[in-house]
Amino acid sequence: MARVAVDVMLKPEILDPQGQAIARKLPQMGFTGVTGVRQGKRFELELDGPADEAALEQVRKIAETLLANPVIENFHVQVVDE
Amino acid sequence: MNAARVGVITFPGSLDDRDAARAVRLAGAEPVSLWHADHDLQGVDAVILPGGFSYGDYLRAGALSRFAPIMDELIPAARAGLPVLGICNGFQVLCEAHLLPGALLPNAGLHFVCRDQRLRIDNADTVWTGEYSEGQEIVVPVKNRDGRYTADPDTLEELESTGRVVARYLDLNPNGSLNDIAGICNEAGNVVGLMPHPEHAVESLTGPSTDGLGFFTSIVKAGLGQVGVG
Repeated sequence: MARVAVDVMLKPEILDPQGQAIARKLPQMGFTGVTGVRQGKRFELELDGPADEAALEQVRKIAETLLANPVIENFHVQVVDE
Repeated sequence: MNAARVGVITFPGSLDDRDAARAVRLAGAEPVSLWHADHDLQGVDAVILPGGFSYGDYLRAGALSRFAPIMDELIPAARAGLPVLGICNGFQVLCEAHLLPGALLPNAGLHFVCRDQRLRIDNADTVWTGEYSEGQEIVVPVKNRDGRYTADPDTLEELESTGRVVARYLDLNPNGSLNDIAGICNEAGNVVGLMPHPEHAVESLTGPSTDGLGFFTSIVKAGLGQVGVG
């Protein structure tokens, strides 16, 4: 049984006020040297078989039709457990 | 002449379907309740997607509702010219369904905003805004968490140059929408998305004004038979 991760991030040009709020908090907590934070989402999909090319193609289809909105977000698919 | 029949879709989590239906009735049309799980538009002359938090807005606002069974009927009908108005959550659903360009993101200030909002009608030529005049200023409530209209620069330029910005925020931009955009329409002008809530401004007893009624009387006056859909 394979596990595949889909990481979804706002496109770089899109304002991310949640990430900005986190970034503003860091210096108050004593953390230094972080110049920016972008907040995204991670989905992990459990498959009933191997993460072969056909399965990954379907995951990419799921990602682009539902998990991510390609108008505002990019996504990245990677196999976590073979 | 029979009254125009205007469908109002109820999704699980819709909040403003009853107010939308009431606004339709006050405008002189007949509201028709449509159910998200049906594959049936019941032959209505126009459709309103109301405000709320359909499917809990899980994943993204409007993302799951876009795949509701009734959307299988609505999307081709809208592309064929059926007048469709998406208010707030309905606007989000229309963007997720790619019936309107761009997307609605969490408010730039990260807070839920609820206020009486002054707007300017910038396009009075759509079937939903014909009762207004271009440049007319109205006050209706705005209440949203995910109301920041965003589109890429080319899309924005196209919307602006072709007059497809239907309404714009005045005084204060409540959510960080690009170009102060409160509402847009598709290329044909039959599909309109609007973040503020005209259905909450149709009676002086409960609203800040009755300025919102024009969206609903517009669809009655548009002579719905002409679109030949439904």
